[in-house]
Amino acid sequence: MSVIQLIFLITAVITLGAAIMVVAARNLVHAALWLILTLFGVAVMFGLLSAPFFAVVQVVIYIGAISILMIFAIMLTRRGLLDSGSQFNKGWWVAGLLSLLSFTALVWMLSTWEGFHTPLPELSRDTDFVAALGAQLVNPGGYVLPFEVASILLLAALIGAVVVAWEKKA
Amino acid sequence: MGDPVNAIAAWLRNLLIGLGLSPGLTTVLLTALGVLVMATFVTVIDILLVWVERKVVARFQDRLGPNRLGPFGLIQPIADVIKLLIKEDITPRGADWFVFNLAPIMALATVLLMWAVIPFAPTILGADINVAVLYIVAVGALGTLGIIMAGWSSNNKYALLGAFRTVAQMVSYEVPMVIVLLVPVILARSMGLQAIVDSQSTWFFFLAPIAALIFLITSIAELGRAPFDINEAESEIVAGFHIEYTGMKFGLFYAGELLHALTVSAVFSTLFLGGWRGPFADQVPILGVVYLFGKAFFIYWVIMWIKYSFPRLRIDHMLGFSWKFLTPLSLVLVIATAVLDKILRGTGNAPIAFPYVLLQLGMNLVIAAATVIILREYARIERKRVAGVRPVATAIEPDFKELVAQE
Repeated sequence: MSVIQLIFLITAVITLGAAIMVVAARNLVHAALWLILTLFGVAVMFGLLSAPFFAVVQVVIYIGAISILMIFAIMLTRRGLLDSGSQFNKGWWVAGLLSLLSFTALVWMLSTWEGFHTPLPELSRDTDFVAALGAQLVNPGGYVLPFEVASILLLAALIGAVVVAWEKKA
Repeated sequence: MGDPVNAIAAWLRNLLIGLGLSPGLTTVLLTALGVLVMATFVTVIDILLVWVERKVVARFQDRLGPNRLGPFGLIQPIADVIKLLIKEDITPRGADWFVFNLAPIMALATVLLMWAVIPFAPTILGADINVAVLYIVAVGALGTLGIIMAGWSSNNKYALLGAFRTVAQMVSYEVPMVIVLLVPVILARSMGLQAIVDSQSTWFFFLAPIAALIFLITSIAELGRAPFDINEAESEIVAGFHIEYTGMKFGLFYAGELLHALTVSAVFSTLFLGGWRGPFADQVPILGVVYLFGKAFFIYWVIMWIKYSFPRLRIDHMLGFSWKFLTPLSLVLVIATAVLDKILRGTGNAPIAFPYVLLQLGMNLVIAAATVIILREYARIERKRVAGVRPVATAIEPDFKELVAQE
């Protein structure tokens, strides 16, 4: 087993364990911190796949922005919204069965895909993926339309936030 | 002989392979050793920073500073460390034990992480990743997380207030910082720090002085140093997020803050002051380390100069400064730099010529002049508003006749 595989296995176990703790933790702030560990594990996965840009963006956006805002919102509540009730309801086995079924279906679908067994091609270290990604995002034959649509959506959200927070002068 | 670090690494590699280890395992071992050496080196400098901080602040305030222990008080930081180590370690009742202890580690570790991408010399650097600029932003966000964890887990209202203030400050100042970081990226055509240093035949400070200034201001805000230290404002919320920490746990926050300031200085030097560039740095790589730290300590001194010269800003002024002034200015700057760069250099990676430097500098000066004119107009309107007729609070005269009639 190579070192990369070992790192992958350790990261996978940590990510999955943290993901379970997100839903199992009773304290909401703890759940948010576990979520950060999960997201960080995903970032490490991106790093292992030679996609450093996505790894770093994952940390900047999901940990640096979204999770911190979530923790901020939770901290404003009383005593971290501690919940003492049962974490299961009567339909827990239905949910478990459905999750198991969809997971099996996903694995089966992936295993029938032709690219499932082909090893990844080695990428040369000198390729500038970030520049290639940027060029594709503004390339008319590439992804310029989705890119622009996403920017307009974000702009609308930004303006919407300003409108919501606008102080109405009587 | 100019590059002892790589020479030792090559010697160790040969030694380990000679002992019968596989090349893959050797690389892993050497990388781990490199991380250890780098972290230790930076932490030892951190101890020295305690002395620098105390000595320089004393000079700013017309005092002598530590001068009893050793020459120029140089042994004082060791005494400080021993004092911190033997203090009682207290975890307050009701605190979240695990998060409470994790927070100081996060605060120092995230600062150490930043040194991984800073190039010390042409051949000496941790990791030459092509997204190093974004990496610095990402690691900075993790550092903020440490402060929030400390504030929340302390079970103290003042600490929580400090954490709230940190979030507001971080979220606002990260925006102009990330925008302005694009300026050196545009100029160097790369997000890798080594590539940015390589293309600085002219320091980027002369091509983009406003961007450098905005980066310095936003970095100080992210550091949480005066005049942006509202998250630990002593006169308002005692000590903010680290109010409940004692002994070495407080020491980690303190060391993290000092080291963060030096780290930010090193990043600033790398982005705008040519990093390790200097005479003979290409032939003798170890000289590059000296140049980088020389520049970094100069910027560190500037940060301290600002810290001990300005009063603390009020929170609404601080946020307004970021959103209403720095963010629009940095947006204008990025657009202007990109357009000018595209016209003069095209899309290729042409080397930076002298007329190009002059034109970029001229563009910066024009933007600076326009900013000053707009600010002056704004100040004039604001003064007029303040000097004008003020509304005077008046009580409404009660209508006695009506009151009598009601009775």
